[in-house]
Amino acid sequence: MTQNVIEQIKSDIQSNKILIYMKGTPEAPQCGFSAATVELIKSFGHPFATRDILAGPGLREQVPKLTNWPTFPQVFVSGKLIGGCDIVHEMHERGELEPLLAEAFNSPNKST
Amino acid sequence: MEPQEIERLVQETIRDAEVRVSDLTGTGDHFEIVVVSDSFRGKTLIEQHQLVQASVKSALDDGRIHAIQIRTATKEDKAKRQSADDGLRIVGE
Repeated sequence: MTQNVIEQIKSDIQSNKILIYMKGTPEAPQCGFSAATVELIKSFGHPFATRDILAGPGLREQVPKLTNWPTFPQVFVSGKLIGGCDIVHEMHERGELEPLLAEAFNSPNKST
Repeated sequence: MEPQEIERLVQETIRDAEVRVSDLTGTGDHFEIVVVSDSFRGKTLIEQHQLVQASVKSALDDGRIHAIQIRTATKEDKAKRQSADDGLRIVGE
């Protein structure tokens, strides 16, 4: 079962230009940090996928092991972890987030 | 834990680090850790935070620390945005 979860995580990360592992859903976030992160990412208008780590077994344990990052939310852009709530907000303050997201959608490979 | 113990842990891993640790709740287990080091040069923010997390991992794992909030900068960054430390946010799980 664990192996399937890990394969699913890797596949989700690779096949979504923007992916957020969060507590709850964008419509009903279960944590203030997840809510704040989704709101920020949403504000750029790009499509993004989310996975609810509270919805099923495995994600909450396996995602941090794979990423060496202990907390949620976790935001992936173009297959790479860029950070959690504080880092994406700090990147936004520095003006680094918008170009990073734009670049993800300008690159021709990888579907959304 | 005492803030000074955390400063020591960070400096054991990041040798040139200027570290400022604040106890956010007064309970000795929620800390803000501000680290300035040139070892962060060329690293992404997440890599910088991972370095700091690694330095205090033992204390997080055994429960002495419950949550940390990290801010990182290189010495050059620090000079550029001296006022940027003002806006603190609470982050964690």
